[in-house]
Amino acid sequence: MAEDEFSVYQSLSEETEDHRWAFGTGFTDPLEGIDPSVPDGTDAQALAAYCLMLGDDALIYSHRLQQWMTRMPELEEETALANIALDLLGQARMLLSRAGQAEGRGRDEDRLAFFRDEHEFRNVRLAERTDADFAELAAGLLVFSAWRLALFGRLASSADPVLAAIAAKGARELAYHRDYAAQWVIRLGDGTPLSHGKMQAALGALWPLVDELFQPDPVTAALPGVAADPAGLRAEVDAVLDAVLAAATLNRPDGAPMARVAGQAGRDGVHTEAFGYLLAELQSVARAHPDATW
Amino acid sequence: MAEDQVRSGWPLYEVFLRGKRGLNHVHVGSLHAADPQMALRHARDLYTRRNEGVSIWVVAAADITASSPDEKDPFFAPSGDKVYRHPTFYRIPADVPHM
Amino acid sequence: MLTMVPKTGPEGMVAMTAHPEDGLPEDGTGQLQAHFDETIERGRRIEPRDWMPDAYRSTVIRQIAQHAHSEIIGMQPEGNWITRAPSLRRKAILIAKVQDEAGHGMYLYSAAETLGADRADLTDKLLNGRQKYSSIFNYPTLTYADVGVIGWLVDGAAICNQVPLCRSSYGPYARAMVRICKEESFHQRQGFELLLTMMRGSAAQRAMVQDATNRFWWPSLMMFGPPDDQSPHTAQSMAWGIKRHTNDELRQRFVDMTVPQADKLGVTLPDPELKWNAERGHYDFGSVDWDEFMAVVKGNGPCNAQRMARRRAAHEEGAWVREAAAAYAAKHPLRRGEAA
Repeated sequence: MAEDEFSVYQSLSEETEDHRWAFGTGFTDPLEGIDPSVPDGTDAQALAAYCLMLGDDALIYSHRLQQWMTRMPELEEETALANIALDLLGQARMLLSRAGQAEGRGRDEDRLAFFRDEHEFRNVRLAERTDADFAELAAGLLVFSAWRLALFGRLASSADPVLAAIAAKGARELAYHRDYAAQWVIRLGDGTPLSHGKMQAALGALWPLVDELFQPDPVTAALPGVAADPAGLRAEVDAVLDAVLAAATLNRPDGAPMARVAGQAGRDGVHTEAFGYLLAELQSVARAHPDATW
Repeated sequence: MAEDQVRSGWPLYEVFLRGKRGLNHVHVGSLHAADPQMALRHARDLYTRRNEGVSIWVVAAADITASSPDEKDPFFAPSGDKVYRHPTFYRIPADVPHM
Repeated sequence: MLTMVPKTGPEGMVAMTAHPEDGLPEDGTGQLQAHFDETIERGRRIEPRDWMPDAYRSTVIRQIAQHAHSEIIGMQPEGNWITRAPSLRRKAILIAKVQDEAGHGMYLYSAAETLGADRADLTDKLLNGRQKYSSIFNYPTLTYADVGVIGWLVDGAAICNQVPLCRSSYGPYARAMVRICKEESFHQRQGFELLLTMMRGSAAQRAMVQDATNRFWWPSLMMFGPPDDQSPHTAQSMAWGIKRHTNDELRQRFVDMTVPQADKLGVTLPDPELKWNAERGHYDFGSVDWDEFMAVVKGNGPCNAQRMARRRAAHEEGAWVREAAAAYAAKHPLRRGEAA
């Protein structure tokens, strides 16, 4: 057996620092050179809580997308979906790390992701929904990424330089996600009668959770110049949704918002029944070996 | 199911890339998409991993006309032939025999 | 003059075959065959528009398609641990790996299509059992350590199989294999690194790795296929340049490469007969349970039904989506040249 072809194998095993792709993507660290200290005048605990809110949104949404892997309607969509799940996971990691830094209790991204309990998670309830079908996947992603993109657009000028850097990078990713979702909402809305019906139903199913995205919260209020007011995002998001729905020949649902529980919802750590199962899955292995390194 | 009737629901697209430092587009493979815009997105996902600065061309395989590499072989008609004699380029219902 | 006429082959695809018209010398096909043989002999590539024997075409389609199916089905056992990965970094790595596998499947389907196959048709053949996928993916992934062991052993075995295929006589397949091999070596490294971390960790982690190794070692050896004396197609495939080494040669190569890696990890491979043979210059190893292999190949492995059901469900439940996209495209033909 000739040695030459297996020397090819040896040369394939070159050292690489890129843990995402075998071929580098020119992936640079967006936080390189940025001063990690909490800016003067900023409430560090509020900043930590805010980063948890945004980080949990991404972590939990990514989890739901991960559950779609090997179930997508075409192989090319598997690649696209994994990209989106990876992007959101990357945003979650940076935001959770920032939260741990600001909080100053020595908690890193993994300690925060795997060892907090349900009531300590600050994601909006939209992020924890299970999609019943691909139409709900597209509709949910459209709303979530349009909202998050509007938010990150504001945060690119946050007084916290770390948050600003995360938002600047994240905005490019979210524009891609929003475009992907919009294309699918349009194709399905204006596809076949069957797909139109499913897409209209999908919008109706998730609409009750949209209002929560724009509600004020005390953490945001405690971070002027750092955080972005959710109510101020509504006009931009509505404009995007209206444009997409019109192209998709779909009607904007007019259902009432989902009520809170004793006045509380996702941002307060009060979630849906599905959330307990989600966390059990996400945290099970880490919690079974609480002191292990992976 | 409608898909059984017509085989080419999502046609084949050939993908050509020119890298940041490349001089010309190079054929890298193919994929399926419903339309050219989707094909471009998929090509970006699949063949460039969303690397920036890469130029992508997608061409419906049915639109490619190519010559035979063996032009000197007298048994081949010289040029003007379809590059891949795919049955996918012929919209043949599944119940036609011997096709 | 020879005319090229369509001829339906065994896979239902159309091949272009030379058909001598009346009154012409019958050695037309003979010349094409000689040219084909010479191309193979010289170690050159057969490209999509070259003349090739029907049997070469159908064999290569089947080989590439089954390789593609393996990549797609292989997403499932590893994908099983994405949502439960115990660190965010490991989760990201695993998502990227499974995504790569989808990509590899697509590169390979793309190569098969250059021969006149149709991807939807190949998917049908997978789902109705007429084409197969690598038997290793019919085993369950029961612990997180299985992720590392799959990277180490299964990707390791795949690399052993695949590096020689970078010199396959069929051009598009060889080129797809070069791209795939580069990515797979990265996967194997990641799997090995996870196992190193676990073996340097807690007693529970070490036990998990040893248990996973015990379950995946023999099935990894089975990935190279039956012994040479039970592989009737090997000779023809090697003559055609679509197989470069025999099953037993590759299996031996894999064992020789892997034993030192197991030593470095500190795991015991579950074969009491494994022992260096200085005379041969190779490791001796025990007998594979070929009955188990045949049972799994026939469909009775632990996960065959489950893997097929998942693939079938995605394909069938996705039909309305694919149809809607095609319907939208028909309603809205784009002007050529528009950028996304």
